[in-house]
Amino acid sequence: MKLTDMTAVELGRAIRERKATAMEAVEAVFSVIEEREAQLHCFVTLDREGALRRAKEVQKQIDAGKLSGPLAGVPAGIKDNLCTGGMRTTCASRILENFVPCYTAEAVERLEQAGAVLIGKTNMDEFAMGSTSETSAFGPVKNPWNPAHVPGGSSGGSAAAVAAGECFMALGSDTGGSVRQPASFCGVVGMKPTYGTVSRYGLIAYASSLDQVGTLCRDVTDTAALLEVIASHDTKDSTSIPRRDTDFTASLQDDVAGMKIGIPRDYFTDGLAPEVRRHVLAAAQALREQGADVEEFDLSLVEYAVPAYYTIASAEASSNLERFDGIKYGYRAGDCQELHEMYKKTRSEGFGEEVKRRIMLGSFVLSSGYYDAYYLKALRVKALIRQAFDAAFAKYDVILGPVAPTTAPLLGESLQDPIRMYLGDIYTIAVNLAGLPAISLPCGLDGEGLPVGLQLIGDCFEEKKLLRTAFTYEKARGMFGNCREVK
Amino acid sequence: MANIITDETIEYVGILAKLELSAGEREKARQDMGRMLDYIDQLKELDTDGVEPMSHVLAVENVLREDVVTNGDMRQGLLANAPGEKDGMFTVPRTFV
Repeated sequence: MKLTDMTAVELGRAIRERKATAMEAVEAVFSVIEEREAQLHCFVTLDREGALRRAKEVQKQIDAGKLSGPLAGVPAGIKDNLCTGGMRTTCASRILENFVPCYTAEAVERLEQAGAVLIGKTNMDEFAMGSTSETSAFGPVKNPWNPAHVPGGSSGGSAAAVAAGECFMALGSDTGGSVRQPASFCGVVGMKPTYGTVSRYGLIAYASSLDQVGTLCRDVTDTAALLEVIASHDTKDSTSIPRRDTDFTASLQDDVAGMKIGIPRDYFTDGLAPEVRRHVLAAAQALREQGADVEEFDLSLVEYAVPAYYTIASAEASSNLERFDGIKYGYRAGDCQELHEMYKKTRSEGFGEEVKRRIMLGSFVLSSGYYDAYYLKALRVKALIRQAFDAAFAKYDVILGPVAPTTAPLLGESLQDPIRMYLGDIYTIAVNLAGLPAISLPCGLDGEGLPVGLQLIGDCFEEKKLLRTAFTYEKARGMFGNCREVK
Repeated sequence: MANIITDETIEYVGILAKLELSAGEREKARQDMGRMLDYIDQLKELDTDGVEPMSHVLAVENVLREDVVTNGDMRQGLLANAPGEKDGMFTVPRTFV
């Protein structure tokens, strides 16, 4: 078996069994990168020399028996909104083009302690604002299944890199679907855990109450292993939650007998592409055949999640992004006579169009006279959405539906009409508003050969039910094709 | 369009957001914001009387700790990122005009 055909856990085992080395794994991903990266643009920054140095250290520790975890020696990509000490972290924005953090995000730190080898920082929508990875200041990511299409976003670089074989696993962040939707478009597994499960320390904030670090992997087993590594209680993040049930690999059981699965009827309306509907319902049938108890129900409030989300997320973004003012780090506009002019010019030149759009909207909904009507109203609707999920989880273990209404759109198709693009997040966004865990995994290909994603949503802290259901489905589905051969 | 965003509103929001928009960007921002607010207005269809605004989904309390320094000295690294630095301080343009 070629190294690049292995999953992360298979590679880790091969390294522990002396059938491969961490250095060979790094060389293997960089040979794929040489072949495909010029076209796909999954990475903003790559560090081959650093990765090889690190692989040698890790290999020594493995040989000495000091590192024995499942992911030791496995090359990983990190979304470029997670700080990496000593390695440039840009958020795919001009305003942070030359920013080199002095510290490392907690999730990345945990990954390194587990022996993973960081190979670079993945491309994304600027400040994670976008659904296509086209708003990057460094140019768009392409979908490895068909480069005329977008990979989804905002963690598009992480999803595309894993799909193409440019790394074995990657971290992303999910504020409204930014891990699950690109996973769906790229035919990989994306998981967003319960809010508070992974520390946000060192994750450059977009909408703090919704942001959560997530995983992009080749299969459900890798997902459980990676999530187990990065989940932690961290006093550096005041929203971090102490949990004792993060031994996620223990939940990889091929058994859904008696599991109650609900399919929201209101997710299967006119906006859903027929091919997506067909594959998602076929996946539901496969789980039924494995013994799950599957039925339809009305979730309600589905159409209100997107407008509530954009109000809350933009409000938080306008506040969070105030720190980019050209003083302590990042870009500073030249030729300014006074401070206030410098702030304005720096931000206007440093931020891209979508980021400015959301900062403007956020500043408006928080402004005096509109705060109650827009911002507080959205927070009240958020409470109603949460109640709707509470009612659903009183009856079901897992909610099953599509990840996105369509497969990956063509490049350039989405940005002209922001509201249409935002509507593409209709099935993922409510999960963030309610703080829930959810997983996206491939369940078919459309007529053009583009992947379709299945979404499973769980109640807070019920990742294990999700992983068990996903694992069982993956077994029933069998091997999913890949796009690692260059077409 | 139900929400008419005036030039004055865009001017005001630009001040709040610390953004300086070109004439073209202002016009686009005016239209974009009007459309977004029209879209967001559908939230008004929902009766939320008596519903408390939910800022955090989980019942978490304030997290407090002793005020003790735990991180090391990062002065050099922090200053290395500064667009302008002099004698260990950040430099800025004139603050009084």
